[in-house]
Amino acid sequence: MSPKTLYDKIWDAHVVQQDEDGTCLLYIDRHLVHEVTSPQAFEGLRMSGRKVRAPEKTIAVPDHNVPTTLDRDDAATMTEDSRIQVAALDANAKEFGVNYYPVSDIRQGIVHIVGPEQGWTLPGMTVVCGDSHTATHGAFGALAHGIGTSEVEHVLATQTLIQKKSKNMKVEITGKLRPGVTAKDITLSVIGVTGTAGGTGYVIEYCGEAIRDLSMEGRMTVCNMAIEGGARAGLIAPDEKTFEYCKGRPHAPKGAQWEAAMDWWKTLFSDEDAHWDKVITIKGEDIAPVVTWGTSPEDVLPITATVPNPTDFKGGKVDAAKRSIEYMGLEAGQKLSDIKIDTVFIGSCTNGRIEDLRAAAAVVKGKKIKDGLRAMVVPGSGLVRAQAEEEGLAQIFQDAGFEWRLAGCSMCLAMNPDQLAPGERCASTSNRNFEGRQGYKGRTHLMSPAMAAAAAITGHLTDVRELM
Amino acid sequence: MDKFDKLTGIAAPMPLVNIDTDMIIPKQFLKTIKRSGLGVNLFDEMRYDREGNENADFVLNKPQYRETEILVAGDNFGCGSSREHAPWAIKDFGIRCVIAPSFADIFYNNCFKNGILPIALPQEAVDVLMKDAERGSNARMTVDLESQTVTTSDGEVFSFEVDSFKKHCLMEGLDDIGLTMAKAGAIDTFEAQASQARPWV
Ligand code: SF4
Repeated sequence: MSPKTLYDKIWDAHVVQQDEDGTCLLYIDRHLVHEVTSPQAFEGLRMSGRKVRAPEKTIAVPDHNVPTTLDRDDAATMTEDSRIQVAALDANAKEFGVNYYPVSDIRQGIVHIVGPEQGWTLPGMTVVCGDSHTATHGAFGALAHGIGTSEVEHVLATQTLIQKKSKNMKVEITGKLRPGVTAKDITLSVIGVTGTAGGTGYVIEYCGEAIRDLSMEGRMTVCNMAIEGGARAGLIAPDEKTFEYCKGRPHAPKGAQWEAAMDWWKTLFSDEDAHWDKVITIKGEDIAPVVTWGTSPEDVLPITATVPNPTDFKGGKVDAAKRSIEYMGLEAGQKLSDIKIDTVFIGSCTNGRIEDLRAAAAVVKGKKIKDGLRAMVVPGSGLVRAQAEEEGLAQIFQDAGFEWRLAGCSMCLAMNPDQLAPGERCASTSNRNFEGRQGYKGRTHLMSPAMAAAAAITGHLTDVRELM
Repeated sequence: MDKFDKLTGIAAPMPLVNIDTDMIIPKQFLKTIKRSGLGVNLFDEMRYDREGNENADFVLNKPQYRETEILVAGDNFGCGSSREHAPWAIKDFGIRCVIAPSFADIFYNNCFKNGILPIALPQEAVDVLMKDAERGSNARMTVDLESQTVTTSDGEVFSFEVDSFKKHCLMEGLDDIGLTMAKAGAIDTFEAQASQARPWV
């Protein structure tokens, strides 16, 4: 047999049919659904009299619109159109009989945190969701990617997708990370190297010692942002850590089925001499704690650097950089660590898991946030929140002056009332710093939870290593 | 789905790189449960000020670009989220074709599902088309999917590549769900085999 990459193996195991021109019908093992990109898809099914083909493989949870304030049971905390969208998901989940975690359920949370937490996401699966950060699930060695609403409807109706295979890219992070450097710094640094279009047309497999050393939470952070690098999906080969994480989860296999699953999962790695269309290698020790300065995730630099000059760039990027710097209210040559912030947001599907909260709490412990700052922690799910309370993290955050919120997407995309005001500047653990992403004219700097926590203490972008 | 075969129309220049889906349609307009009516909010934050007045210098607000049917843009167009609201808004505005050096993957696929033709061409070709688009409403470009060509108002012709299956669906206005439903037998067979091989799924 010819050598295969992990992507090749998962792909081959899911091809229902292949046409002469290479177009495939790919079987989908798990379909995750949220309230924003699904209403038109369910409506499409209704209009054509179609059913959900595999409701038992379909999992729905509202997250984007859901208020994260403690009074969210009061419908008045939602705008009318948000309420309608969440109500539509409630009704659709019931009508079509799919698995559902309503707002009132402690298991509710961001779809990409709930899937792995409940054991829906397992190695070797194909996973899709009407959301670009579906790449997160690749941390399990699952082929996971975002789809549009028409494709959501296609998967609901047929449990398949029409796809052409992407190319294989290997991103290897060798050696060890230095203290204060985290999974978020890895994933942002990779985008800094490849650019936001560098992964277009590829599925990335992340490998190397620094990746193996990451926990499952860290691996999810890395894969989550594969999409910011333009890749269709990010993958990490499953290993003992993966199996350990999956074992005993509500929807993970048990007993003999677990053994059978393990037998297959252990074959899920890229063969020694597999073919790669592109290879990028970065030394773990070369990665520093980073922040973004502009309005694209590729606008990333070590915290010790200065705001670049637009003339440092080439082609269309010159104007884009000029526009970014102006939008961000910065000046070329300014030290990144001098940038003062107004708000701190710790949460999102990139960094809303328990380990992220632990990392932030470790920096915050015993300290107070800078006077006048608004800071919030939004756990990624109700279960993450409960665990953080049990571990005493919630108390650490509250003592320091952070708001301790309920689970949801919150200020990651600001579809609910958690938004930046015009000109407000935020240290954020989310994944997108686009213009207006966190609120009209809001300014976002992306960074790791530890770095965001450090910024909360000092009131400006800060090298977390100085607080360690 | 609407068919796309040939189009001659006004092209608007948007030379910015990395035009993301938040720029195309900001999140406050994602709360709809319909597909229609998003055209007025296309590029909302660039197109209007806070009070909802038009920004006169935004390209689509200029008199000569109000009837734009083709957009010529910078690299990595449509990056960001999977929101199909982006192509819905583009289509609802009346744009049926976007030309750029490259597109983000999900956006590119979403276009075909909505009767929009995304065309990726080398930077040099896009530069020529951008210049042509800058000439305003006197310059009409022609996009022909059958022959896979874009022709400038001066008659310069550029050929583009497109996946044969996607081209076929777009030219015929085919609904892929219907096409796949016709393969239900193959899906049944796959499911039966997969449930033997991987019963835990
Ligand atoms: S947390 Fe942010 S990126 Fe993740 S699913 Fe929610 S809105 Fe999207």
